Amino acid sequence: MIETSMTWSDLMFMLNGAGKTLLITFWAVAGGTTLGIVFGLIRATGSLWISIPLGFILDILRSVPLLIQFILANSFQAIAGLNATPFVVGCTVLGLYTSAYCTEIVRGGVLAVPQTTRRAARSLGLSYTQDLTNIVFPLATRAMLPSWIGLTLGVMKDSALVLWIGIIELLRSSQIIITRIQEPLFVLSVAGLIYFLISFPISRIGAHLERKWREDD
Amino acid sequence: MIEVENVQKKFGLLEVLKGVSLTVEKGEVVSIIGGSGSGKSTLLMCINGLESIQGGRVLVDGIDVHAKDTNLNKLRQRIGIVFQQWNAFPHLTVLENTMLAPRKVLGKPKEEAKAVAIAQLEHVGLVDKLDVYPSKLSGGQQQRMAIARALAMSPKYMLFDEVTSALDPQLVSEVLDTMRLLADEGMTMICVTHEMGFARDVSDRVAFFHEGVVEEIGPPSQIFGKRSKSPETKKFLANVR
Ligand SMILES: Nc1ncnc2c1ncn2[C@@H]1O[C@H](COP(=O)(O)OP(=O)(O)OP(=O)(O)O)[C@@H](O)[C@H]1O
Ligand SMILES: [Mg+2]
Repeated sequence: MIETSMTWSDLMFMLNGAGKTLLITFWAVAGGTTLGIVFGLIRATGSLWISIPLGFILDILRSVPLLIQFILANSFQAIAGLNATPFVVGCTVLGLYTSAYCTEIVRGGVLAVPQTTRRAARSLGLSYTQDLTNIVFPLATRAMLPSWIGLTLGVMKDSALVLWIGIIELLRSSQIIITRIQEPLFVLSVAGLIYFLISFPISRIGAHLERKWREDD
Repeated sequence: MIEVENVQKKFGLLEVLKGVSLTVEKGEVVSIIGGSGSGKSTLLMCINGLESIQGGRVLVDGIDVHAKDTNLNKLRQRIGIVFQQWNAFPHLTVLENTMLAPRKVLGKPKEEAKAVAIAQLEHVGLVDKLDVYPSKLSGGQQQRMAIARALAMSPKYMLFDEVTSALDPQLVSEVLDTMRLLADEGMTMICVTHEMGFARDVSDRVAFFHEGVVEEIGPPSQIFGKRSKSPETKKFLANVR
């Protein structure tokens, strides 16, 4: 047996942190994906006058390190007197960051639907929106799923950076316990295992859907 | 009735249709033949408003296709079109492919749309493939499904754009037979085709397209016979035979 002075309440403390990690990831991915779909459609089909400036802004979000974005956003909202909690700041920044990547995924997915297929849909009398909802989205989803799963898992790991604005998520809670019991290897292994247990089902579901869809077409 | 009046179509600087005029009466089958790049596909797309035009006009049952206030989604319900490239919706089964437009565009209840779709799939000989995904169909079956999908909207007109030219030779006849059946039933059809036998046997009139205009139009006996007046038609037909 492994000798450790880590207690059940320490583990509960870490699981609590894991809950925070999940919650932040959930909001960031939900918001980021919604925005990403809208932005992605604009980037794929909108006029250049909106598409190019939008692409530029999203490029900034993708190229400035996330850590800097967290700290800057947190400082600015304090200066502006917005009184947002670190949790809200964390979700917002991570959500925008997610939307920047999601936009490119959606754009690629939409453009991957052959023009001839869309023309066939329109020739049957389907409207622009009906074509989007019945043909483009289902087909684009198939093309996008692997990258989207990858993005979600990446965002979950990146969410650890919110510890810098004072949120006690999984990694920060592990650090706190390490400082107290001085068993970094054991505690980090437990943290790693928890991260894995969260990620594994997500990637399994993704792989399952992919296999199912491949059997169809 | 479809009336194409002096239609001009440009892609940038490239002038593809240079004043095309053509009238198709109810119940008539008109075949369009002509060299590659002469604008045949483009004309079909202009007829149901999938492409804009730069001059002239197209009237379908007296409705100006390219007028600003024309509801194209509504107009397209009476014009079915089948393309050269197979473009089944790959995420839907054969039945779902065929039901989609009656459900979404005509707003038919599910059972009714299903009945319509099955009837049309029976028409083209695909009732045994209802729950199959398109990727499991041969090219000929995909094209017959595309025909059924268009027919499920009960169109008044059917446009065919070289529907057999991407098929293996042994699959061509099953699709042509389906088209013959439709013609015999009195469907009004415009068929762009490279199948001269089909054009000769089935059409009421044949139009020869050359460099963006209708070079010659007339009954098959005129176009394929000695009476053809255009040297360009003769040259084209001499090459395809
Ligand atoms: N969307 C487009 N943009 C630019 N040029 C186009 C477009 N569609 C067609 N063209 C050009 O218009 C011309 C006519 O094309 P079209 O497809 O109508 O010819 P076609 O008679 O159907 O030929 P084929 O027998 O090879 O199908 C060609 O030179 C083609 O390259
Ligand atoms: Mg063509």
